[in-house]
Amino acid sequence: MEWTSYLAPLSQGAWVTVQLTVYSTILGALCAFLFGLGKLSHNPLVKGISVAYIEIFRGTSLLVQLFWIYFALPIMGQAIGLDLRFPPVVAGVVALALNIGAYGAEVVRGAVQAVPKEQYEAATALNFTGRKRLWRITLPQAIPEMMPTFGNLAVQNLKDTALVSLISLGDMAFRAEQIRNFTQDSVTVYTLVLFMYFGMALVLTACMKLLERYVGRWRAAGR
Amino acid sequence: MNDATDNRDPIIRFDKVVKRFGDHVVLDELDFEVQRGEKVTIIGPSGSGKSTVLRILMTLEEINGGVVYVGGEPLWHQRKGESLEPAGEQHLRQMRSHLGMVFQQFNLFPHMTVLRNLTEAPVQVLGVSKAEAKQRGMELLEMVGLTDQASKYPHQLSGGQQQRVGIARALAMRPKIMLFDEPTSALDPELVGEVLNVIRTLADEHDLTMLLVTHEMHFARQVSDRICFFDKGRIKEQGKPEEIFTAPKEERTKAFLKAVLDPDD
Amino acid sequence: MFFGIEWDTSSQWAFAVSIFPILLHGLVVTLQATVVGFFIALILGLVLAALKSAPTRFIRWPAKLVTEFIRDTPLLIQLFFLFYVLPEFGLTLPAFLTGALALGVQYSAYTSEVYRAGLEAVAKGQREAARALNLASARTFTHIILPQAIPRIIPALGNYLVSIMKDVPVLSVVTVLEMLGVAKIIGDRTGGYLIPLSMVGGLYLVMTIIASFGVRYLDTHLPKRGLSLK
Repeated sequence: MEWTSYLAPLSQGAWVTVQLTVYSTILGALCAFLFGLGKLSHNPLVKGISVAYIEIFRGTSLLVQLFWIYFALPIMGQAIGLDLRFPPVVAGVVALALNIGAYGAEVVRGAVQAVPKEQYEAATALNFTGRKRLWRITLPQAIPEMMPTFGNLAVQNLKDTALVSLISLGDMAFRAEQIRNFTQDSVTVYTLVLFMYFGMALVLTACMKLLERYVGRWRAAGR
Repeated sequence: MNDATDNRDPIIRFDKVVKRFGDHVVLDELDFEVQRGEKVTIIGPSGSGKSTVLRILMTLEEINGGVVYVGGEPLWHQRKGESLEPAGEQHLRQMRSHLGMVFQQFNLFPHMTVLRNLTEAPVQVLGVSKAEAKQRGMELLEMVGLTDQASKYPHQLSGGQQQRVGIARALAMRPKIMLFDEPTSALDPELVGEVLNVIRTLADEHDLTMLLVTHEMHFARQVSDRICFFDKGRIKEQGKPEEIFTAPKEERTKAFLKAVLDPDD
Repeated sequence: MFFGIEWDTSSQWAFAVSIFPILLHGLVVTLQATVVGFFIALILGLVLAALKSAPTRFIRWPAKLVTEFIRDTPLLIQLFFLFYVLPEFGLTLPAFLTGALALGVQYSAYTSEVYRAGLEAVAKGQREAARALNLASARTFTHIILPQAIPRIIPALGNYLVSIMKDVPVLSVVTVLEMLGVAKIIGDRTGGYLIPLSMVGGLYLVMTIIASFGVRYLDTHLPKRGLSLK
C-alpha cells in the first residue's frame, strides 16, 4: 500500500487530536486559574480543596487518572446511585484538562505571587476592592509571566492526547495503530505520525508565542 | 500658620500609637496631630518610623496599639457603642477615600498607559464615567506638565516624569490628605527639581492637608508649616521650619541636621 | 490469579488486601523501568548536550532539531516506533528494555537541556575568570565549572526522575507488567476497576511525595557554592 493512502484516515485522527488539544487546553487553563488562585485564597476550605487537587493530579500519573475516570468512576457512581459513565471523548478531555490544569495552577500561583508587593499597595492606596485589584492590576501583570510555561504545557498536553487512544478514542495515535494492525507497515506509519505530531507542536508553539506577545504587548511599547 | 500645640479639630491624630515589627518597636506610643490644610514634613534618621506613619495612614501597615483618627473617625477601628473594635474592610475602604499616597518607587501600573493610570481608579472605584475621568485625567496631566505623554507606558518615561504621574494619579481620587513617602529618593539628582516643583505648586495653590517624608531639607523648609523630627519612634522635637532649622533645641536634632546639611563636614 | 497470587472477592476489603501484593509486584517493575529509563536519559542527554555545543554548526543544528523533535512528539508513539520498527532492523529487545529505552529517549531531550542550562549559568562569568587565571580549558571545566554546575543540575534531574516514574504506565501498552497495567488486568478479569485503580493512584501519591521530599533534600543539602570532586 502507498503511504499516501494512510493520509485520509490519519488526518481524520489528526482532527480529533486537534479538537482534544484545544478543548482540554482551554478547560485546563480554566482549572489552572481557578485552583491556582484558590491556593492563594485566605479561605481555608477553598485553599484546602485547591492544594488537594494540585497535589493529587500532579502526584499521580495521567494514565492512572484517565483510567480511573473512564473505568473506575462509573463503578463508584453505581455505588452511590449516579450515572458517571462518560463517553471516551468526555473522559479524555476531562482527564487531560484536570491533569494539565494542576501543573498550570502552580504556574498561576507563582506568577501572581511574583507581582511586586508595591503594585498591591498602590492598588490598595487607590482603594480598589480585592476583586478589582486581582482582575485589573495583578492578573494583567501576572499573565505575561505565565505565558512561556503555558506554551510548554500546551505542547505537553498535545503529546498527552495520544494516551486517549488507549480508551479507544479515534485520535491520530489510534488511527496509526489501526493502520499498522492492518498493513504491518510500521516504519512508514509511525514515521508519518511522528512528523504530524511534530508539525502540530510547531504550529501550537507559534500560536502560543502570538498569544504571549498579545497579552504582553504593553511591555514592548516604544522599544 | 498653626502652632504645634493647636488643639482644634485635627484632621489626623495619633493617640499613643504603637507599631512593632517583631521585637523592633517602630512607633513607641506616638502622639501626633495634623491640622486641616496643614503641610507637615517629617524628618529624622532612617528607621525612626517616618515612613511607617504614612503607611499606617494609608492602611498598608496595621497598628499594634493606640488609636489613629482621621477626620475625627478612628481609622483602624470601628465604633461599637462606646468601645472600639478592629475595623472591617468596608470601614477601611470608607476611610481610605480621604487619603492619597505618592510612593518612593512611583509604583505606577506598568500595563496601563499614563492616562489609564489616572482614570482606572476613578472609573473602577468611584464609578466616574470614562469620559469624565479622561477629562479630569488630562487636566491633571496638564498640571504636572505631561499632556504629551498621555498615551505612553510608564517604562517609556523618566523617573521624574513617572513620579509626576504618580502624584497626578493620587490626586485623581480627590483625596483630602496627601501622603508623600520620600517622593524624590529614587530619582537621579537632575530629576528631583521637576517633582519638587509640582509638590510646591500643590502646596501653594490647594488647601490639601499634606504630610511629607523627605530628605530634601531646603524644600521642606520652603513648603512646610511645621517640621517634626522623629527619633526612635517618637517626635523628639517639632516646630516652625525656622525654629527647627536655625535654632534646634535638642542635641539629637542638632546632630541630625548637621549630618544631613553639611555631609562633608 | 496473577503472579501466582489469588485474589479474594468475598468483600471489598478482602479484595483490596489480597491484590495489594500483586500490585507490589507491578510497583517493583515500575521502579525498575524508572531507574533504567532515567539512566538511559542521563547518558543520551549528555550525548545530545555535547553535540549541541559542538564547535561546528553542521553538528549543532541537527542535534538541536533532533532534541526538539524528540521533545515535541508523544512518548506513546516513540514507544510504538521502537517496539515495532527496531525488530524490522533485526534488533529485537524484550518489551521492558524497549519501554525503558523509549523513556530514556524521550527524557534525553529534557536532560540535555538541564545540562546545558546548568553549565551555561555557571560558565558565563567563571570561564572568563578562569581564562584570566590562565587555566587550561579542560582543567577549567572539570575543576571550576563542573563542581558548581552539579548542584544546579541534580535537583532538576531529580524532578525528571519523578516525571519518568509517572510516565511508566504508558509502557503497559507493549505488555510491560508495571503497576497500572497489572491493576487494569485485575480490573478486566474481576470487573472491579475501582479498588485496584484507586490503590495505584494512592501508591503513586506515596511514591511522588517521598520522591519530592528527596529532591527537596538534595536541593537544600547540596552545597550551593560548589561541590568538591575530590
